[in-house]
Amino acid sequence: MWSRQRGRLKPLCCGVEELRCRRREREAALRKARREQQLVSKRLLRDEALEEAEEGCVAMIFGEAEIQQFLRLAQRGTEEKEREGALVSLRRGLQRPETQQTFIRLEGSIRTLVGLLTSNQALLQLEAARCLHELSHSEQSAVVEACLPATSYLLTYLSGHSSDFIELCLYTLGNLIVESEAVRRQLLPQGIVPALAACIQSPHLTVLEALGYALSQLLQAKEAPEKIIPSASTDSSVLGSTLPQHMLQLLQPGPKLNLGVAVEFAWCLHYIICSQVNNALLITQGALSTLGLLLLDLAGAVQRTEDAGLELLACPVFRCLSNLLTEAAAEAVGGQLQLRDERVVAALFILLQFLLQKQPSLLPEGLWLLNNLTANSPSFCTSLLSLDLIEPLLHLLSVSNVVSVLVLTVLCNVAEKGPAYCQRLWPGPLLSSLLDTLAFSDTEVVGQSLELLQLLFLYQPGAAQAFLQQSGLQALQRHEEVAQLQDRVHALQQTALHG
Amino acid sequence: MQLPPALHARLAGAPGSAEPLPVERDPAARTAPFRFAPRPVRFPREHDFFEEGDVQRHLYLQDVLTQVGGAPERPRVPEFTCQVAGCCQVFDALEDYEHHYHTLHRNVCSFCKRAFPSGHLLDTHILEWHDSLFQILAERQDMYQCLVEGCTEKFRTSRDRKEHLVMRHLYPVDFRFDKPRKSRGPVMPGAAEQVLAEAPGDDGVPSEVDAMEVCSEHVEPPPAPAGERRAYSHRVPHEDLKGPRREISTSNGGSSAALWRCCRAFPPRRRGPRTLARAALHVAGL
Repeated sequence: MWSRQRGRLKPLCCGVEELRCRRREREAALRKARREQQLVSKRLLRDEALEEAEEGCVAMIFGEAEIQQFLRLAQRGTEEKEREGALVSLRRGLQRPETQQTFIRLEGSIRTLVGLLTSNQALLQLEAARCLHELSHSEQSAVVEACLPATSYLLTYLSGHSSDFIELCLYTLGNLIVESEAVRRQLLPQGIVPALAACIQSPHLTVLEALGYALSQLLQAKEAPEKIIPSASTDSSVLGSTLPQHMLQLLQPGPKLNLGVAVEFAWCLHYIICSQVNNALLITQGALSTLGLLLLDLAGAVQRTEDAGLELLACPVFRCLSNLLTEAAAEAVGGQLQLRDERVVAALFILLQFLLQKQPSLLPEGLWLLNNLTANSPSFCTSLLSLDLIEPLLHLLSVSNVVSVLVLTVLCNVAEKGPAYCQRLWPGPLLSSLLDTLAFSDTEVVGQSLELLQLLFLYQPGAAQAFLQQSGLQALQRHEEVAQLQDRVHALQQTALHG
Repeated sequence: MQLPPALHARLAGAPGSAEPLPVERDPAARTAPFRFAPRPVRFPREHDFFEEGDVQRHLYLQDVLTQVGGAPERPRVPEFTCQVAGCCQVFDALEDYEHHYHTLHRNVCSFCKRAFPSGHLLDTHILEWHDSLFQILAERQDMYQCLVEGCTEKFRTSRDRKEHLVMRHLYPVDFRFDKPRKSRGPVMPGAAEQVLAEAPGDDGVPSEVDAMEVCSEHVEPPPAPAGERRAYSHRVPHEDLKGPRREISTSNGGSSAALWRCCRAFPPRRRGPRTLARAALHVAGL
């Protein structure tokens, strides 16, 4: 259930160091793109068996005459193999940006390709679709936009029955979708949402994953909160369609759950939820309980599975749950009831431990969920205490400033519930950890530590005394001159000294 | 980070929580200069908090190479012929055969032997083209339903629908509306349109045009300007469309013949026209 498909990552023939270096470069590029609100990615679907068969042949740069020749052969070759072969050559050529440029500039080339896509020769059709897919993956807008005449056909084919072909159409559409708003303005009236809603009932996992990809690309669009997600009277919007129910079904734990599929749909849900269009609707459809159960399942899986890429799913699940918990509707429809199960807290800590080893940069997202769970819930705060989770939580204080602030906030959530909570919180390493955080120079970390100290002084008899004994005043003195902190530092000094 | 051993057992245990401890807040807790108040936090999609996770997501998207077949190995099989009686296509891979079967033998009209890319389009074709009740009703009310799934609009004539598809749904203006009736390849929505446009019972001229060939020669200019094409009457498709098209595409005779053979036989899942009674129910929306 939780294992990834084998061999999906393309092996790169280079050293570990080079790989790391490439990854860093790409991360930096993605970060920059995100800050400029240009974060866009495409997926390339290539058949490994075909790739291997063709290994050794470097993709060629073709000139006009050659492309013309291939197209002519593909259309009019005497034998089917010959026609197919011509398209295979063309497809390999189209892996090169230079050939792509030449191709789209050649008059009538796209019309011919679309003609082959809609021909009655099944294999030619498939090969033509692969050519289009190569074009859709291009980084050059002109190349991608040249594919637009094919979209109505690609959408029509989604209601067919050939799973390989549908998958290819979906990945191609997914690549086209992110190119520009103009592309999406064409795809929406052509019926992409109803087409996806029909296709999501496919029994094929590869089709479902491709569909999740295409849908997530659509939902990521800047205009999605206004133009794609809203539930209008028609089913041409995502929330107006049956897509949300089906998405939630595909995220339900059980033998049918598939990681690749779940990752895509969890991201889809995240894009819908953070757009805040109608989260109450999702909650009434059971989003909170489905995601809560998924979190439990995920925690069970990280204990059993080695390196399955589960962090890819954990991240959107955290986000969906966290944002949904801020909805008034979460309380109104008994959302808190659905989630009033301390196993959620247990699961979250198992996942935090997993992330600490695997992907510490995602820890803040998990702690954000812990904050939203504990902020208004005496029940979850009690679970944190009764399950002995304070020590593991304090352990995270050393990870980073962002993580420290979140950890301290969660501790404040517990402490502010009153004396009964502080009494359970107090024993153990809490005070020494707090004295450590007072040595930080980050104002936010220190500020949140001061808040927590104040709650402890107020609710836990003897806390101020212990603080004094462990040279707490000296630790406070360090921050007397910091503008944002000095008021609180003085107040605490007063409380500690005079009660 | 050391988790208590009991935690794993708790995860595997029954749902539920311990009774929450009593909450007793002191108003002094929130007096200035202290300001902590517990609150669930919401982050919008562009918030910086999401940067790290978004970057990881996109690294994943860009890294992953999915395969067309989904299965890592494509089992090589000895060459075999399509099992549908009359079809002589030869294959050496199961995936290719699967695609061929779904494209050509899955949704086939038993009257005119044409294959459609989906059941929905086949049903529409049968209703509009082979159902006499439909013809009668169409004279009185809007019966031509939009071909885009999810759109419920209906039109008086197929020509009106064609215009709607181009204007409202942004179908390409050169979208195939002039599918010759005798072609037997898979048919797209627009292509079905043309069949409907021809008078039932009209045998038409056998055409060698490939069913969905948008342009048979890439240097060929578009067949006709959009306005002109939209002006096609449903009574005069032959002169307008088939004449010039026959001139520009003469190369598919051989494969068309093969397809004709392959589709003439009885494919396993073809559907015939509804009976009049069923059609009446259908038209009445029941």
